[in-house]
Amino acid sequence: MDLRTMTFLVVGATFALYIIIAIRSRVTSTGEFYVAGKGVHPVLNGMATGADWMSAASFISMAGLIAFQGYDASVFLMGWTGGYVLLAMLLAPYLRKYGKYTVPAFIGDRFYSRTARVTAVVCLIIASLTYVIGQMKGIGVAFSRFLEVSFEMGLVAGMIIVFFYAVLGGMKGVTNTQIAQYCVLIFAYTVPAIFISLQLTGMPIPQLGLGSSMTEGGMHVLDKLDKVLVDLGFAEYTAQKGGTLNIFLYTMSLMIGTAGLPHVIIRFFTVPRVRDARSSAGWALVFIAILYTTAPAVGAMARLNLMDTIQTGEVGSPTGNLEYEKRPQWFKNWEKTGLLVFEDKNNDGRIQYYGPGLGDKEAEYGWAGNEMVKVDRDIMVLANPEIANLPNWVIALVAAGGIAAALSTAAGLLLAISSSISHDVLKGIFMPDLTDKGELLAGRIAMAGAILVAGYFGLHPPGFAAQVVALAFGLAASSIFPALMMGIFSKKVNRTGATAGMLFGIGSTLLYIFWFKGWFFIPGTEMLPNTADNWILGISPEAFGAVGAMINFAVAFAVSSMTPPPPDHIQHLVEDIRVPRGAAAAQDH
Amino acid sequence: MSDASAYWAENKRLIVGCLIVWFIVSYGFGILLVDQMNKISIAGYDLGFWFAQQGSMYIFVALIFFYVVKMNKLDRKYNVHEE
Repeated sequence: MDLRTMTFLVVGATFALYIIIAIRSRVTSTGEFYVAGKGVHPVLNGMATGADWMSAASFISMAGLIAFQGYDASVFLMGWTGGYVLLAMLLAPYLRKYGKYTVPAFIGDRFYSRTARVTAVVCLIIASLTYVIGQMKGIGVAFSRFLEVSFEMGLVAGMIIVFFYAVLGGMKGVTNTQIAQYCVLIFAYTVPAIFISLQLTGMPIPQLGLGSSMTEGGMHVLDKLDKVLVDLGFAEYTAQKGGTLNIFLYTMSLMIGTAGLPHVIIRFFTVPRVRDARSSAGWALVFIAILYTTAPAVGAMARLNLMDTIQTGEVGSPTGNLEYEKRPQWFKNWEKTGLLVFEDKNNDGRIQYYGPGLGDKEAEYGWAGNEMVKVDRDIMVLANPEIANLPNWVIALVAAGGIAAALSTAAGLLLAISSSISHDVLKGIFMPDLTDKGELLAGRIAMAGAILVAGYFGLHPPGFAAQVVALAFGLAASSIFPALMMGIFSKKVNRTGATAGMLFGIGSTLLYIFWFKGWFFIPGTEMLPNTADNWILGISPEAFGAVGAMINFAVAFAVSSMTPPPPDHIQHLVEDIRVPRGAAAAQDH
Repeated sequence: MSDASAYWAENKRLIVGCLIVWFIVSYGFGILLVDQMNKISIAGYDLGFWFAQQGSMYIFVALIFFYVVKMNKLDRKYNVHEE
């Protein structure tokens, strides 16, 4: 069976599986959708959280960034896992104890202010929308490859499918579907990793394979990769390339952003007991870590295979490079998407792929510049099994996994955005007598609008999928996390302080991002080129969320100390959420 | 000190302890001290690189479960556990 048929078949089969499970679960319990997980075991809730959490950024994009940035991409690995420690200790159990409403509702109640609630809603919408933009990039990559069309066409096809997927809605809320999605996703991610690790090192566990020695030559994988890259003028894989401060703050932004994103937090509102909220965060991290500890192996081995495919012989020898005419099928397929571009600069019919560090040797070899003029990082995970010549069913499985990851998270976020707009903003504030039908219609319109906006930015993405998603985390980190944490750990922070903190936090972060990425990400409107020289203290826009969070904390405490303290009943509320006993059953959200 | 505030104080101490470990393995070993750690090499991994791309994540998982066990005990000690 050819690859294309196989891919259609596998993608179709997994979708059928999700839909069947969704329908069956719905028949047995109509109420599941709203009182999701009243009886969901923390392990299963953790698995569902994992599926919710791991998006196109984790599945498609992250290992590609690791492949090209090496050590520096550790920010994603530590950042997107370390946040669960914060979540389990600082937020989840207390929010579960309070446990009735949405994140803006908690902020509105704790800070006894409608203004605070609206501010939180606006912050959530900004962060979620940015997040969806990142997903759109991933969806475009997956669909363009899957349908063998250009990236732009793939994105449009993806947008249409996301819309229907999100409108179906209920599918998303059913925990069982998410558990199935997790299984497909993790299987699709680890199987090729195991194959490739076996090929290269003979070690089936990728986490150990990355530290093993190569079956050919006996060098350790990472040493070999360092050598191959340095020989070709690239930076050493395991060495640090970016500034330490930037890496530090980048990691911090992702960690606290993780603990501030609504679609993750909301899952902990629905476990049966407070103690389950703690362990559920642990289980979620177990299931996430399975993918996240595999990713470094996927990244490193994909890079090694890519380099070996192109640099077939000795560096600098006239026949050491792959002939363009003999390029493998995956190369041709990705060329169709426009995400992989070759240009024969020295007209020798062979592909030279090398970095800027080659110096004089470049002329000596007769090379006229790096000829792989575009290698989109986001294609690496999907191309990886093809580069390694794995069987077609494995390649098809990866496509299905990537599409599942991107769709589930995008749909979940779109639902969150549309319900914020229709429920929290329209019905809650402007049109209190809106009918249910009207609310639903408003929600759909909001969703279609959000997809169009996200799709537009997906066409002109301000970065690779994982980087755009990182911006979303920065925005959540600078606004929601500090407000929630202060709401639980301080009795002194009052409504004025919290609102001002959120506004200054997200405002400063947005300003910094737009300054370097263009106003509203519109290309050409940036105030300064987005390079390390221009960044304040070398802090990249993706890393600024941590600074925004510090501004948030500082402003909130300063303003609170100058204004009247929260009333007594709020102080009692805070005391009450700090102890587990007396938690009500999981509630409608 | 009332029971509630003693419970909260113990909880905070535990959180601070866990977060110190959390900080040391990721920001410490994985970022700030990565060059020094990389001088040590175990089983094909430079140790700093290993902490940044593998080790910190395993320790995060262990930390959460450690906290869960400790808190369940603390809840009982102060009689604030759920039925």
